[in-house]
Amino acid sequence: MSPRPGFVLETDRATPPTLFWHGEGWRLERLPPGSRIVYPPEPMEAVADPDEAVRQALAHPLGDSEPLADLLRPGMRLTIAFDDVSLPLPPMRPPDVRQRVIEAVLELAAAAGVDDVVLMAALSLHRRMTEAELRHALGHRVYEAFAPHGLLLQHDAEDPDGLVHLGCTDAGEDVEINKRAATSDLIVYVNINLVAMDGGHKSVATGLASYRSLRHHHNVRTLQHSRSLMDEHRSELHTSNWRMGRHIAASGIKVFQIETTLNTDTFPSQFAFLQRREWEWSGRDRATYLATSASLARTPARLARSIFHSIRSPHALTSVQAGEVEAVHARTLEHVHRQHVVPVEGQTDILTMGLPYICPYNVNSIMNPVLVMCLGLGYFFNLYRGKPLVRAGGVVIMSHPTPWEFHPVHHPSYIDFFDQVLAETTDPLEIEAKFEESFATDPWYVHLYRTSYAYHGVHPFYMWYWGAHALQHLGAVIVVGGDVAAVRRMGFKPASTLRDALEMAADVVGPDPSVTHIHAPPLLLADVE
Amino acid sequence: MRALVFERSLAKVAASRLAGSVVPGRGARFGPLRLASLSEPEPPGPDWMRVRPKLAGICGSDLATLDGHGSRYFEPLVSFPFVPGHEVVGELDDGARVVLEPVLGCQARGVHPPCPACAQGDTGDCERVAFGHLRPGLQTGYCADTGGGWSTAFVAHRSQLHPVPDSFSDRDAVMVEPTACAVHGALRVPTEGALVVVIGAGTLGLCTVAAVRRLGLPGTLVVVAKHPEQRRLATELGADLVVEPQGARRAVRLQTRSLAVDGRLTGGADVVIDCVGSARSLADALAVVRPRGQVVLLGMPEPFRTDLTPLWHREVALVGAYAYGSEPPAAGRARARTFALAFELVADAGLGRLVSATYPLERYREAVEHAASAGRQGGVKVAFDLRGQRATGERRARGAGA
Repeated sequence: MSPRPGFVLETDRATPPTLFWHGEGWRLERLPPGSRIVYPPEPMEAVADPDEAVRQALAHPLGDSEPLADLLRPGMRLTIAFDDVSLPLPPMRPPDVRQRVIEAVLELAAAAGVDDVVLMAALSLHRRMTEAELRHALGHRVYEAFAPHGLLLQHDAEDPDGLVHLGCTDAGEDVEINKRAATSDLIVYVNINLVAMDGGHKSVATGLASYRSLRHHHNVRTLQHSRSLMDEHRSELHTSNWRMGRHIAASGIKVFQIETTLNTDTFPSQFAFLQRREWEWSGRDRATYLATSASLARTPARLARSIFHSIRSPHALTSVQAGEVEAVHARTLEHVHRQHVVPVEGQTDILTMGLPYICPYNVNSIMNPVLVMCLGLGYFFNLYRGKPLVRAGGVVIMSHPTPWEFHPVHHPSYIDFFDQVLAETTDPLEIEAKFEESFATDPWYVHLYRTSYAYHGVHPFYMWYWGAHALQHLGAVIVVGGDVAAVRRMGFKPASTLRDALEMAADVVGPDPSVTHIHAPPLLLADVE
Repeated sequence: MRALVFERSLAKVAASRLAGSVVPGRGARFGPLRLASLSEPEPPGPDWMRVRPKLAGICGSDLATLDGHGSRYFEPLVSFPFVPGHEVVGELDDGARVVLEPVLGCQARGVHPPCPACAQGDTGDCERVAFGHLRPGLQTGYCADTGGGWSTAFVAHRSQLHPVPDSFSDRDAVMVEPTACAVHGALRVPTEGALVVVIGAGTLGLCTVAAVRRLGLPGTLVVVAKHPEQRRLATELGADLVVEPQGARRAVRLQTRSLAVDGRLTGGADVVIDCVGSARSLADALAVVRPRGQVVLLGMPEPFRTDLTPLWHREVALVGAYAYGSEPPAAGRARARTFALAFELVADAGLGRLVSATYPLERYREAVEHAASAGRQGGVKVAFDLRGQRATGERRARGAGA
């Protein structure tokens, strides 16, 4: 039976309560009759033989690229860059798709006699991956073959000797990327395209870039004009990355792009109810929901976090395509859209969302308040094409515990950002003008980014900018069940229940508002007419 | 007259120390402080005048004394029994309002010639505080011969009294003495253009913020404050950045772009003014000051043990700041009396608003406990209100047969 498409349910009095994610847990909430719930499509069927699919993609590239085997030759310098720990979410059951692809690429390289090969995690300004995370992404065999010899690198956007400035785009944007990659005869980029925002020229132009380069598109103006981040044709972020990608190509740097798409089979079978529609819950689903909810209620937060972060997703490969960047990405997006797109008619006054325990920047870490904002207003709000799901001046209601808690190793600059910057202003433009450069160039943050496992000093700014379009668009943001002080620090309104939040929202949008709930994860992309 | 009297009693001091360690300020209930009817002190000489207090503040040093936490260093410098109270606005017999400058220097003690410090106007550094025709007592409020502000009358030497401008309310005036301490601390080391950290935001801390902002011209002024109302006031008084104690190191690190080793900053602030005087505050000060920076110890310290290794290793200068006298010339200003600068600052910064509560003498136990927890309760300065108390207090005392 083919997977059912996503759809929009209009609730009535008989509609069972709706599942809302709430950090390391969930809640059943009753939405007002007449509310809409946007359900994601069911997971697409996986390719039958993933390894064969990878081999076929490498042999039959898209665009004007030659097959990978023909691009490889003895004595050449090859850099294989790959997406970092921020993808996929949750981390997938082994073997990770990066392992499959990289093993296939290495097989071809070995066959061609290429012996100058380096693997490189495309961190951009993210934290470095731990050995365990690298082993998980690459597999033990690849890790053991490269890491002990210093051939498994992690991009360092602050290494003055490890970057090369390739000039500026026509729009005056500095293009500065990793020197090892730029001086290679070939960059093979191995991507995971979990959402439409990923991939394309963004892979190299962002993943291997420096702050000097990133600041041209990771800024408030660009992100306020990315409508949405998931629609590359209406995203300034993508337009800038595409300019940079083309500049990189024009500089003579050859990129062989390998993009993969995964289905939305997001949670393991013991949590099957999380991706079922509530009225289709079996007795077992209901029992699991009750048992896990009761158990989580008694579990200390730290232990609950550890349990959730140990979840390995059954994500399966739905496509792999390789070759010239733009041709590859166009095909990738077809697959992503097929998996994610749900047509939705018209906007809503109030958009509700339950935010889970994980986002791209807290894998094996803490979802701090800034990341809650980014997940809700940066990612979930932007899960649209056409128009935002919520109308201008409307309200977003997010459900998340939003603890005033930070991972001291992963997010040191977030602590200062939250304590000092947000205490003064939440206006993205003011934040950018007044504080960004100081954080971005702070030598302590730079040191921690380079030598520890810290996100770059400027990263919390980017998280805030990610929500800049939503902040500009919305009349109010309400957080249900969050730490009151943390919620207020961000300029949002705290509410203890969804009912309270809906009443507060009505004060902003008027009486009898329309309500739409985005039932994610699993992820979706609303095509709003 | 009615007065709160502090007597020498080792047993009661021990009791107050025990009580004060359980609940700050509780030492007033069990310690050697009592409300009594006394004869008014006699003026010791022709230049002495009778002062009838209107408002008399409760200072951190008073609290340390009442809770038995004060240093034994002061024992030879005070005489018992004494009437506490050195932050005073009062009235002379002719009705003129005056603020007391409580230090009992050479002039007040009848010492001629004056010691070198007093000769220069630096009365806080007087070398004769246990000599002359008065019994020992570094200030009014610690001397058995003068009385003190926590009473309906005491005596003061003419040189100790400053007329109060009509524009000053009594609340403004009672803030002059603590403000003078703050002015002296703020001017103890140069702060112009510097990153200055003020630790503590009680009365002394907040007055110091105002003083540093207006007289020290710092580059950046960071204030470490425990309580929300203190943070609000610190901002109002001119702090560039106000942080909670646990955020102090992070804030200074960020301001100075310092590195850190196991939580210790490699750089730090140019000047740190410790307005608390505890082991913790001094350790915090040493943790956030830069190598060769300066720490000003302005809050009266209790006896404590501390690790001075960072002071030694980073060649930090630790400077004490006690009381007042005169301040050296600075940009655009000649040498000035500290109290003159304090009067200006109280008016300019509106420091009278820091007086949060007043009590009659009879409710001294509540007053002291309130003062000891003022920050937590959203207050700053607690004072005794003696206006109109003289008659009723004496009547009540007579009625009770005292």
